Amino acid sequence: MKLFYYPGCTVKTKAKNLEASALAAMKELDIELVEVASWNCCGTVFGMSTDDLLHQLAPLRNLLRVKEQGGDKVVTMCSMCYNTLKRANHLIRTDEEKKKLLVDFMSEEPVHYEGEVEVLHLLEVLRDVVGFEKLKEKVKVPLQGLKLDPYYGCMLTRPQEIGLDNLENPTILEDFLVALGAEVIKDPMKTECCGSYHTVNAVEVVVERGYGILNSAVKKGADAMVLSCPLCDYNMDHRQREIVKKYVDFTGIPIFYFTQLLAIALGLETSVNHFDLNYVDPLPLLKKRNFVA
Amino acid sequence: MKVELSSEKVKSDFVKKVEELSGQNILSCYQCGKCSAGCPSSYAMDLLPSQVIRMVQLGLQDEIVNSKTVWLCASCLTCSVRCPRGVDIAAIFEALRLVVTRDKDKLNYVEPSEITAEQLEELPQIALISNFRKFTG
Repeated sequence: MKLFYYPGCTVKTKAKNLEASALAAMKELDIELVEVASWNCCGTVFGMSTDDLLHQLAPLRNLLRVKEQGGDKVVTMCSMCYNTLKRANHLIRTDEEKKKLLVDFMSEEPVHYEGEVEVLHLLEVLRDVVGFEKLKEKVKVPLQGLKLDPYYGCMLTRPQEIGLDNLENPTILEDFLVALGAEVIKDPMKTECCGSYHTVNAVEVVVERGYGILNSAVKKGADAMVLSCPLCDYNMDHRQREIVKKYVDFTGIPIFYFTQLLAIALGLETSVNHFDLNYVDPLPLLKKRNFVA
Repeated sequence: MKVELSSEKVKSDFVKKVEELSGQNILSCYQCGKCSAGCPSSYAMDLLPSQVIRMVQLGLQDEIVNSKTVWLCASCLTCSVRCPRGVDIAAIFEALRLVVTRDKDKLNYVEPSEITAEQLEELPQIALISNFRKFTG
């Protein structure tokens, strides 16, 4: 089965470990992710202002590209792209007046776009297309005994009209990890914000948030944290450099993209995970538990 | 905190502008404080989110603009999804940022030219672009 996928900027550079592990794992599950040709940046955040239609064009043009190339679905693996594309799509589907303006503005495109393409996160594909029961059968290396802390952040579940699961208590990551054979930690911090773009101009805010969220996972006995968003990943993983300096009781915890654990559980080569791009090296943990040689 | 109230401020263009940009009816808020209770940034704010909303109702533009609260908002939407009155608080905060960043006499809150080469090398693009989208005009 083939599905169009929209990578986004960060997945192609800083988060190659997310892309490479996702493509390899999905191939193993007989789903070929075909990159949308001529994609552009999605804008990263949804423009919430009523008069800001210009910023809706970037996400919508990507969906138009999918329609132009014959697709009716597009998969993303970055939570920020997912949120921005899906909210812009929701806007053009529900606001007649704005739809008209947006369609008119893009009238020189080879096709018109009026919200026909479905935006899916890769986790939804695993749940709804592959199915967690089926996935369980495909697992070659069950992640037995590995205690994992699922972390959703904001963009997968909020706002309600675009979220892929329950708003306050999503379980899709837990269900996914259980299918891989892992033990899941119940953590009330799982939908707390990581500090997002403040990592550029207010690192201290991100350090506070990161410590609160990561320390909660450590105290509950987690071996590692699992997430899907490259910005959460930067703030939770790379910012541990600053967190350990401020909080001496915190010694660090490995952070995985959910796709890296999927690749391990499916028995794929360790190299597809590009662990060199993870700040806290997860290999000592994986070797100690015999998940990789 | 001492503030001056007047009917001119309550009926000011500022209040109309914020309502128009956010698409929200500012008087929907009945000050329950749920947004402030759930906000993960409130520990660092000089005004709580619910206090900012009250100040918009009263047209207290200067007090809001001089506060750091809207610049500490990460648009995580926790407030908006929990509001029992259905007020999109995050959209109101976006409108408040735009009132400042669209003002040609005011500086950008974050100046992209001051980002160092090391930061550009290190930070993921989604961090930089979202930051500039929120903090520059």
